[in-house]
Amino acid sequence: MGLIPDKARGMIGASDPPMRVEVSRREIIKYSIATEQRLKKFLDGDEAPPMFLFGALRPLVPVNELGPDGIATTSLLPDLPLKRVMAGGTKTRYFCRIKPGDVLVAVRTLSDIYEKRGSKGDLIFLVYTIDVRTETGERVAEEVQTRIVR
Amino acid sequence: MRSIKDIQVGDCLPERRHAPTNVSLFLYNAAIWNAHRIHYDAGYTTEVEKHPAIVVDGPLQGDWLTQAVINWLGDDGDLIEFEYSNRRASYLGETLISGGRIEAVRPADLEAEISVFVKSEAGEIMTPGRATIRSRR
Repeated sequence: MGLIPDKARGMIGASDPPMRVEVSRREIIKYSIATEQRLKKFLDGDEAPPMFLFGALRPLVPVNELGPDGIATTSLLPDLPLKRVMAGGTKTRYFCRIKPGDVLVAVRTLSDIYEKRGSKGDLIFLVYTIDVRTETGERVAEEVQTRIVR
Repeated sequence: MRSIKDIQVGDCLPERRHAPTNVSLFLYNAAIWNAHRIHYDAGYTTEVEKHPAIVVDGPLQGDWLTQAVINWLGDDGDLIEFEYSNRRASYLGETLISGGRIEAVRPADLEAEISVFVKSEAGEIMTPGRATIRSRR
């Protein structure tokens, strides 16, 4: 198919600067309500649900840096001939539980770009690896996220 | 308290029905700081991105899968590895069902492998996944 421009391929291996995230009880509670958690420890904000990380590590960009689709035009989103982005899935290893007051440092790397022909047309897959640690370097989680561009 | 000896291959996790609404999707996307218009702007979603309706977030379905495991496991162990794949888009107005099944038990490691799913009411798998848990005893 050859959909992926050389410039985009050249971004494989690029990383964003480390992102420092302070985990607050209130943010955990918001997430837990929004996802209709059932365990008290999540609803009280005593511990973060596993997928809390997905939102906590999203880049915060000014409104004028959002595209017309509402997606942040981050440095690791290459310019591609296909434009419609959807979540594709994640694979995560968890090394410890996340509690309010924790300070996390995450590094996101564009680790692969590949293309496939789906039943409804061509698809480009963007694969990101996210390494999450404490400020002292202990591993918290390692996640591989896939975004599908169609 | 559930021990690894109590977990058998073929055991099923309790199923749960999910019926997201405009309000619940708004709250979810606000909580994760996601402004993608396919989750709240019906006109844009159908006219520009050509979906039939507002799209239910894929990662929200991933969260439901973790809940299927964690709500079943309680404080008897930890979710140590989890993956899912959004195979088919789901839309506002659909009722979805999450659940899972024990696929393997490794008593020596206190671990079990669980296949998890989000399916439609018609039984079509929308988001399959896999989880590994480690029991406390």
